[in-house]
Amino acid sequence: MTNIVVLVKQVPDTYSERKLSESDHTLDRESADAVIDEINERSVEEALKIKEAGEGEVTVLCVGPDRATDAIRKALSMGADKAIHVSDESLHGSDMLATAKVLAAAIGKVEGVDLVIAGNEASDGRGGAVPAMLAELLGLPQLTHVRQLTVEGGSVKADRETEEGITHLEANLPAIVSVTEKINEPRYPSFKGIMAAKKKPVETLTVADLGVDSGEVGLGNAWSTVLEASPKPPRTAGERVEDDGDGGTKVAEYLVAQKLI
Amino acid sequence: MDPRDFLGIDASLSAEERDIRDAVREYARAELQPHVADWYETATLPARELAKGFGRLGVLGMHLEGYGCAGTSAVAYGIACRELEAVDSGLRSFVSVQGSLAMYAIHTWGSEEQRERWLPRMAAGEALGCFGLTEPDAGSDPASMRTRARRDGSDWVLDGTKMWITNGTVADVAVVWAQTDEGVRGFVVPTDTPGFAANEVKRKLSLRASLTAELVLDGVRLPADAVFPEVRGLRGPLSCLNEARFGILFGTVGAARACYEAALEYVLSREQFGHPLAAYQLTQRKLADLVVEVNRAGLLALHLGRLKDEGSLHHSQVSFGKLANVRAALDVARTARSLLGANGISLEYPVMRHMANLETVLTYEGTEEMHALSLGQAVTGIPAFRVG
Ligand SMILES: Cc1cc2nc3c(=O)[nH]c(=O)nc-3n(C[C@H](O)[C@H](O)[C@H](O)COP(=O)(O)OP(=O)(O)OC[C@H]3O[C@@H](n4cnc5c(N)ncnc54)[C@H](O)[C@@H]3O)c2cc1C
Ligand SMILES: Cc1cc2nc3c(=O)[nH]c(=O)nc-3n(C[C@H](O)[C@H](O)[C@H](O)COP(=O)(O)OP(=O)(O)OC[C@H]3O[C@@H](n4cnc5c(N)ncnc54)[C@H](O)[C@@H]3O)c2cc1C
Repeated sequence: MTNIVVLVKQVPDTYSERKLSESDHTLDRESADAVIDEINERSVEEALKIKEAGEGEVTVLCVGPDRATDAIRKALSMGADKAIHVSDESLHGSDMLATAKVLAAAIGKVEGVDLVIAGNEASDGRGGAVPAMLAELLGLPQLTHVRQLTVEGGSVKADRETEEGITHLEANLPAIVSVTEKINEPRYPSFKGIMAAKKKPVETLTVADLGVDSGEVGLGNAWSTVLEASPKPPRTAGERVEDDGDGGTKVAEYLVAQKLI
Repeated sequence: MDPRDFLGIDASLSAEERDIRDAVREYARAELQPHVADWYETATLPARELAKGFGRLGVLGMHLEGYGCAGTSAVAYGIACRELEAVDSGLRSFVSVQGSLAMYAIHTWGSEEQRERWLPRMAAGEALGCFGLTEPDAGSDPASMRTRARRDGSDWVLDGTKMWITNGTVADVAVVWAQTDEGVRGFVVPTDTPGFAANEVKRKLSLRASLTAELVLDGVRLPADAVFPEVRGLRGPLSCLNEARFGILFGTVGAARACYEAALEYVLSREQFGHPLAAYQLTQRKLADLVVEVNRAGLLALHLGRLKDEGSLHHSQVSFGKLANVRAALDVARTARSLLGANGISLEYPVMRHMANLETVLTYEGTEEMHALSLGQAVTGIPAFRVG
């Protein structure tokens, strides 16, 4: 019986236009459709595979505003068993450290956790550090950038793939794993799954319920501040190079001038 | 204001109905949309694979209870049809025939053994069904059908020809309606029974991403338990058609929306006489007509869906919906086609494909004239289907 917690984040749909709010430079949640992050669909899929290969229970954990229930429902529709939703006004604008603290406290609410599965990097914040922070806070081994995962008895084996190559890792459970795009192809939720999801238990908790001090979270307590933000300027037309026999040289000169070669 | 949902109709869907919408959209975007123009052009369909995919998703017989079916609301079923038909009417037909015609018939009229034998595999997409009512000489007037089932000892023997049968060439089981001494009865016919043959209908210019067949029944011998035990007369097949028509009145909203969206995107980017086509008043008049028709059809479908979930939907209201929404979708498709100019006649864009498909949708499951006659009878009390 493997007891798995999957960390699921709701993010603005990459198909829609993503903006920061003018007032405090946090995400403008009204401007874009919110969806479960695709990397977290893969995280859920991996947890379900482990559960289906043997025995287990999959708990979804999400820190996010009220409408994150949509992301939670999708994970439950795919087949997760239950969910914890941490929702609290005071979390608005929390940085990665605060998010990790809240996640760690919420994981502590689940009894006998064997495995925590996260995405390697969220598609909005793109910090790529929450799993490592969690490992530190919980004192658990971390297996990051994972593209292949197996659980055997009391241990977990993983192929960690980065630009440097593939590393074979093994750790004792409990452990924290973060997965990359290559880990699997997530299933579509089935209609039966969708119908069943609404009957699955979702526990909604506040920061106080978790025993986290609200003075440690939120925009005002972040360790860094966004001073200014402006959209990327639109692409310019580019430079046209006429080839009078010296086209190659001109291209090379251009690349040198751009410090690309 | 969302130009895709001008009246905000989907805001009144339940969370579950929205999840089902999103699941079908996501599936369609990845698995159907990229291939549909090719299927249409080559008049082929990977029916087995499609059935498996639809089965995993849970769309086959989704509104039925038990036997591996999801048991959703009627509105959820309608929304799934809408999103599938936004891709192609042929794909919605695939689901309609399996779920609303073949499975519904077995679920409603079949014996417990027939249900247990067929429904779980049909829901999973492992077995395909078809529904044989129409004949070469009996279309709008099914009472004149010639296919006969006669008793031979305890067996039944079927002879006759069915025409225009969707999925007939790939079906594992055919629900066949035939004349008997006690009136029309329905039979569950495994397609590997000797004497059963299915021939593909070729050279279709509409619903090309759908397989259509002629069924030939030549001394097809069936055991006594192959017949639907209770139902007699046209009530049997008509109850199934009523289900499928409900899928159509929702589905056509999707086809109309797809045409409108394609046209809107096109006129915003295409420039003539120095401005986008969208800037001309004549274009805006057309867009206004399109958005009105698409949303009016959408509202009507949702209203009828809610009535169906309450259990108060009358079959003449289904006729209303089928008549009104197919007509609206055809008008939208034709106007949208004109907005795309020459590109409008190309398979590179979805509009003419939808337009051609909708000619089938106008005809099958009761022609638009038959539904007009039903409405006429409903408001006057005078049936006008027959001369004299
Ligand atoms: C618009 C915007 C503005 C921001 N401004 C600031 C700022 O001013 N200062 C600052 O320090 N940070 C800021 N952040 C970062 C924000 O705090 C992080 O998005 C958040 O803390 C998680 O980090 P990440 O998304 O980069 O996580 P990653 O480390 O990239 O996420 C990896 C995985 O961790 C898990 N995970 C992450 N977050 C959650 C969650 N909420 N619930 C459940 N699982 C989760 C998921 O499994 C995810 O796949 C901002 C983010 C955005 C989108
Ligand atoms: C692609 C496709 C798939 C199909 N799939 C199936 C299937 O799976 N199963 C199945 O059983 N059938 C199927 N059909 C058949 C369809 O249901 C029939 O074509 C339809 O019922 C009309 O019958 P018909 O073609 O014989 O036309 P007819 O009944 O001959 O009608 C021709 C015209 O005469 C009009 N007309 C007829 N009677 C009257 C009247 N009393 N007053 C005024 N006008 C009248 C009709 O409205 C129509 O305009 C399919 C058809 C198509 C094209």
